[in-house]
Amino acid sequence: MNSIVELFSYGFFQKALFAAVFASISCGITGSYIVARRIVFISGGITHASFGGIGLAFLLGFNPLAGAVIFAVGAALGIQFFTKVARVREDSSIAIFWSLGMALGIIFVFITPGYTPNLMSYLFGNILTVTISELWWMFILTTIIILFFSVYFRKILYIAFDEEFARAAGLPVNLFNYLTITLVALTVVLNIRVVGIILILSLLTIPQAIANLFTKNFKTMLLLSSAFAFTGTMAGLFISYFMDIPSGATIIFTLVVMFVLLRLYKHFF
Amino acid sequence: MEPLIKIKNLTLGYDKESVLSGVNLEIFEHDFLGVIGPNGGGKTTLLKAVLGLLRPMKGEIIFRKDIDKKKKPMGYLPQVKHIDRNFPITVFEVVRSGSMMEDSSKVSKAEVREKTEQLLVEMGIEHIRNKAIGYLSGGQMQRVFLCRALISDPEILILDEPDTFVDNRFEGELYEKLKQLNKHMAIVLVSHDVGTISSYVKTIACVNGELHYHPDNIITQEQLNSYNCPIKLITHGEIPHTVLKHHH
Repeated sequence: MNSIVELFSYGFFQKALFAAVFASISCGITGSYIVARRIVFISGGITHASFGGIGLAFLLGFNPLAGAVIFAVGAALGIQFFTKVARVREDSSIAIFWSLGMALGIIFVFITPGYTPNLMSYLFGNILTVTISELWWMFILTTIIILFFSVYFRKILYIAFDEEFARAAGLPVNLFNYLTITLVALTVVLNIRVVGIILILSLLTIPQAIANLFTKNFKTMLLLSSAFAFTGTMAGLFISYFMDIPSGATIIFTLVVMFVLLRLYKHFF
Repeated sequence: MEPLIKIKNLTLGYDKESVLSGVNLEIFEHDFLGVIGPNGGGKTTLLKAVLGLLRPMKGEIIFRKDIDKKKKPMGYLPQVKHIDRNFPITVFEVVRSGSMMEDSSKVSKAEVREKTEQLLVEMGIEHIRNKAIGYLSGGQMQRVFLCRALISDPEILILDEPDTFVDNRFEGELYEKLKQLNKHMAIVLVSHDVGTISSYVKTIACVNGELHYHPDNIITQEQLNSYNCPIKLITHGEIPHTVLKHHH
């Protein structure tokens, strides 16, 4: 017990704690949106495309997260453009951006001179190495997401539920679609440091699946998803620390175990 | 009398390919128009254009001045296959979403809430107000979406294949309700099942590549053929070809 209390006095752990709070809220909210709207696969495309930006940043020597932002937002808008304007099937457009991003990332990293040591931390994340400036960005994004979803809650809900009806009623559907997908892209990028490109999709879907066991109300789902995401992240963080195993993977594994246990609980009680 | 909607020489289509052309139609107060035609004939395309979801390739749709989608939208009940039943949303929120524009205008939130409650009671579904839509029966779903269409007090109610929500048992109930509503608003009802609708509608439009207006609710197989409208008729009259006349 003492060692847990002691843990909270370490700077790196305090930073991880804040990262967990911001990650849980931002992923809890935007994840509920993408799950309700059935655009999980689009988010997967955006996530993996961002690897191209990380590679480019390594090559040209600027901040990898800035590169990831450019590629993620580019992929989000690119998928929309490919589908709506160029008339490529949506799932195919997603797969194209998904693999193009990964391919570019690998090429860029390969031609970058010298050894690039922390590539693994972008692929699988490490919540214990999050920096202060990254925390600030996460804080700003989380605040924007909370404000956006509270001010426009009903509009977001109604557009997500029945886009055609919302359009017929004169809501600015396209504008909202672009804004929300951009927030999803930014959420993905800023949480890459927490669980990594490969695992981020689970932080956007597993807490929501758990929340869905207990509610079919969108507002409750936003709150419950964030709460479950935080519980899973903290539990995973402790387990990974004391067992000395990678944090990102442990967090995801913890979330899946939580889901299975609660699903069984719902089944029997 | 000024028509609520006046459609003038309208051509509609996607990607330069026209689906429907040369459409002329006027819809007046208290009209009850049945739009029939085969699948792929352009019924849904026409609806989309009227709802402002599809820009005409040619011609125009003119609304009476007081019908404005920002202030007084049309009531619209979409096809059931269009609804995602697993979406996490309650009955109350679905009905309330019909007034989404009023949300941002002068009408207060309390008024919208009150109106929603009132409609739920009127339609006999207040006991399921907090249920998620995934748990509803077809009949309940239909009433929920009818409530959503009615909450903005529309001048025109547009229904796209409303009978696909339910089995035959509930159909009569819906059409009686529509008959009541028709006293206050024009109704446009799209259906591929001409048999069911024709005893309730006042006029019929056959849509198949073009639109033929039939100022009557009795239509014969010969007329349907001449309108180039290949749909199956269910005979209700005694004379084999005077279809749909009697329906008691």
